[in-house]
Amino acid sequence: METKNKTPFPILHSHLLSKSYGSVQALKNLSFEVNRGEIYGIIGPDGAGKTTLFRILTTLILADKGTAVVDGLDVVKDYKQIRDRIGYMPGKFSLYQDLTVEENLRFFASIYRTRIEENYYLIEEIYKQIEPFKNRRAGKLSGGMKQKLALSCALIHKPTILFLDEPTTGVDPISRKEFWDMLMRLKAQGITILVSTPYMDEATLCDRIALILDGEFMQVDTPQNIIAGYPETLWAVQTDHIPRLLKELRNNPLVHSAYSFGESIHVTFNKEWTPNGQLSGIDYPFEKIQPTVEDCFMLLSKK
Amino acid sequence: MENKVIYTENLTKKFGDFTAVDHISFSVNKSEVFGFLGANGAGKTTAMRMLCGLSHPTSGKGTVAGFDIFKQSEDVKKNIGYMSQKFSLYEDLKVWENLRLFGGIYGMKTKEIAEKTDRILHELGFEKERGTLVKSLPLGWKQKLSFSVSIFHEPKIVFLDEPTGGVDPVTRRQFWELIYDATDRGITVFVTTHYMDEAEYCDRVSIMVDGKIEALDSPKNLKNQYRTQNMYDVFYQIARKATRVEI
Repeated sequence: METKNKTPFPILHSHLLSKSYGSVQALKNLSFEVNRGEIYGIIGPDGAGKTTLFRILTTLILADKGTAVVDGLDVVKDYKQIRDRIGYMPGKFSLYQDLTVEENLRFFASIYRTRIEENYYLIEEIYKQIEPFKNRRAGKLSGGMKQKLALSCALIHKPTILFLDEPTTGVDPISRKEFWDMLMRLKAQGITILVSTPYMDEATLCDRIALILDGEFMQVDTPQNIIAGYPETLWAVQTDHIPRLLKELRNNPLVHSAYSFGESIHVTFNKEWTPNGQLSGIDYPFEKIQPTVEDCFMLLSKK
Repeated sequence: MENKVIYTENLTKKFGDFTAVDHISFSVNKSEVFGFLGANGAGKTTAMRMLCGLSHPTSGKGTVAGFDIFKQSEDVKKNIGYMSQKFSLYEDLKVWENLRLFGGIYGMKTKEIAEKTDRILHELGFEKERGTLVKSLPLGWKQKLSFSVSIFHEPKIVFLDEPTGGVDPVTRRQFWELIYDATDRGITVFVTTHYMDEAEYCDRVSIMVDGKIEALDSPKNLKNQYRTQNMYDVFYQIARKATRVEI
């Protein structure tokens, strides 16, 4: 059993990682640390650099500049040893389509020189859901089942750190919630998880998050601290006709920003103005609210 | 019927003994934003393929843009627009070439294409990108452009299949403003999404479970009916009733 350190101990750190593709700078001097046992979320849209970062850290491509250490090993010098210790689930389904479910799992176990039975407890809960289809070819599985098989294969050698590149993209809200429940249980087993997602609502399920855009981390912290650090006072107003009210708000000189957020519109005002629950000309009550991570992301992305 | 851009009655699609879409009956009104929700595997894609004239229904009735989806699927295709996150534009063509290609496919006149290209690039603020290859545009720009391409021929209805997946939050909202502009011009919008905040922006939404439409109403009425504050909870309560295993 590992002893619990009071101070966080990084299992992964990078120093000034950069990568370009032609004239496109995919990563710009990224330095960060992931602590042992945490769920670390890389949150940002497509094209922000998430996959490039994951491919460097999993030793699949080389950075142009900078260094990274995973579980005490250098991603360039010690790439072979790193591959033994990590689990990686790419965004694009990458198992063997013409092998069956069980054959894929056995194949991955064998290349890691282990057997399915060895660490079965780790995948049992996930794998049990697809076991009834174990003789079906992987290419014939539905999206949700492919995802469960891919996660099982990434876990079969009991990695110390798990890299999940957009595991929930295109997945419906209920399946996304189930997937995160699985991650929480893996975390409880002591596995460190680095996960990327374009869904801002998943940010609060992580211990710490990095908000990534255009190859840079705009902010790194716990979701709670990022929310607490939102520099403006945020108001919400509800209406049955969002487009109309959005236009009215945007035309109002006192309004600094107005964005739709589901059933309400989130509004910030120019510094000198505080709506006393009401804004003249607009007949809706304003309510002071806590920002979401998405509000924070949007504010940072405008800078 | 005049105002119904989509009308279906017991529309059904079977694959062997599996009923992917099970007697769905609903209609969509002109200029409406209609959200078509459901969990993965509920039958949304199959239903959408039938409505677009790409898949022949097993039984039932259906008209889209005034044409019978059983007998007039080619007319259906000419009178609708379609955009998905996965495919929409030709990456190796320039911005204006994509517009010309799609305009040509839908039989628009050269002069009309030229005028409309100018207007759209102006509206999007893309004038400088006219000669840029699509593959070098940022994702958010591509999505906005591909929406404009999908309604370039002024279809009666446009089908949007997860149009905002992976798009940054600011662009996602700008995208919805383009949707509202299109409905102001009389275009009907049929949209699927996994973002539950976007379900709130629809005039009405349907939620599919196991091949059937389990709920259909305005977001406001659904929230009242299910006594919740947001569409996520409505979706959760309805979609978790699913019993069929994804295949």
